[in-house]
Amino acid sequence: MNIKKIGSGTYKIHGNVSVLSCAAVVGDMEKKGPLGHCFEHYSSDEYFGQDSFEKAESYMQKEAMKYAVEKSGYTAEDIEFIFAGDLLNQCIGSNYSVRDTAIQFFGLYGACSTMAEGLILGAMAIDGGFASRVIAMTSSHFCSAERQFRFPLEYGAVRPRSAQWTVTGAGCVVLGCEKTFPRIRHVCPGAVCDMGIKDMGNMGAAMAPAAALTLKRFLDDTGTTPEDYDLILSGDLGEVGYDLLKNLLSHDNIFLGNNYDDCGRLIYDRKTQDVHSGGSGCGCSASVLTGYVLPKMRCREYNNVLFMTTGALMSPISSLQGETIPGIAHLVHLQNDGEVEAQA
Amino acid sequence: MRAEEYQRLVYQKTEKNSLVKDCFFAFLIGGSICLLGECLKTVYIVLCNIPEEKAGILVSVSLVFLSAFLTGIGVYDKIARVGGAGTLVPITGFANAVVSPVMEFRIEGMVLGIGPKMFSVAGSVVAYGTAASVVYGVIYYILMRCGVVG
Repeated sequence: MNIKKIGSGTYKIHGNVSVLSCAAVVGDMEKKGPLGHCFEHYSSDEYFGQDSFEKAESYMQKEAMKYAVEKSGYTAEDIEFIFAGDLLNQCIGSNYSVRDTAIQFFGLYGACSTMAEGLILGAMAIDGGFASRVIAMTSSHFCSAERQFRFPLEYGAVRPRSAQWTVTGAGCVVLGCEKTFPRIRHVCPGAVCDMGIKDMGNMGAAMAPAAALTLKRFLDDTGTTPEDYDLILSGDLGEVGYDLLKNLLSHDNIFLGNNYDDCGRLIYDRKTQDVHSGGSGCGCSASVLTGYVLPKMRCREYNNVLFMTTGALMSPISSLQGETIPGIAHLVHLQNDGEVEAQA
Repeated sequence: MRAEEYQRLVYQKTEKNSLVKDCFFAFLIGGSICLLGECLKTVYIVLCNIPEEKAGILVSVSLVFLSAFLTGIGVYDKIARVGGAGTLVPITGFANAVVSPVMEFRIEGMVLGIGPKMFSVAGSVVAYGTAASVVYGVIYYILMRCGVVG
């Protein structure tokens, strides 16, 4: 019997699954962005002292994991599973970042939706009684993503206005079964949604329908409205996708107000930083969550948050073969509820 | 919402690049590169006493060197971001297309990194440029046999 499922596909986390600690590591551009003051750990060297961008990405994850585990008050031996992924082929960013640990590891590929995917699986593992503490982690690096998905960095290509800038950053969250806050209350995994967008320079448009599908499903299943939340945050829809999501949901009489924003819009200053439609990449939502949202929840500035990451599930091969871009969006409901606060 | 309907919405909501602005900057920067080429040619002919035919080759070599150098110090892509096709079409664009992957893939080694990746962007220009020159040669030969061209 499925006692955790609500409605068509939202899952209630019955036990205590809470955020024990988190950490973000970012690059220079992110540090200089509007959320720069939230990022304690950063490097102005795009190589992070390594000799390749891929190694730099792994290093960021490793550092984020080190800081998050330190802050949790536990050691690596106390953690059962790591759920981690990134954008690189065969997820080498994550595979190499965890190779010096003995923690059991699940490699994920959810494109830019990986942060919430990791949190969902981690919460399920804890609530299902399989683990007491897990790590959810992801990263992206502008330079490693550019050369895998687009052109060499120094190649003189013109970016379309709808293109986004891959965030150089990593985020790591340690989840545990302790009675603390914020706590994961519900999770809503996404379904793949493809509305026929082919333009790799317009990822926001490719992902917005998946975000609309997941958010609508969650609100319907829980019988709540957008006004019930302090903050609804999508992953990396950017300016174009942000507008499209609002538009799509308005057709279903769901109106997103001032409490809705997008990590891709928050992390850069679009006026002074040449990022066109905003930030993207796994590291975008991961660093905004771990550097900005969760600390704000810890000081109770936000108490009820929907964190929904979005991913474009194409590859350069599928795009060259004329395929459209399937999107996905995973949602996590984080809350500092009265009961949990009283127990904390 | 149906897929076709959504695609129309996306088209409406997506900010487009301005054709007039792009053309203006392409003309300005592409034109400036050509002007630089002409200036160099004059310098080679007048000041260095180099015959015109050889001066033309030297101009190409100079522009290729300049483009490779600017790519190496990370400036060419910044000019290209504004210049667009104006930096892509001249010979400088070809040099940039060869040098940029070389810089990027040097960590993967000389043989399996730099060698094959060198033409990852410029390969099409080489392949179709060669094919086009063959077609051009055939047409030229036919026109020459017909007495249309000398």
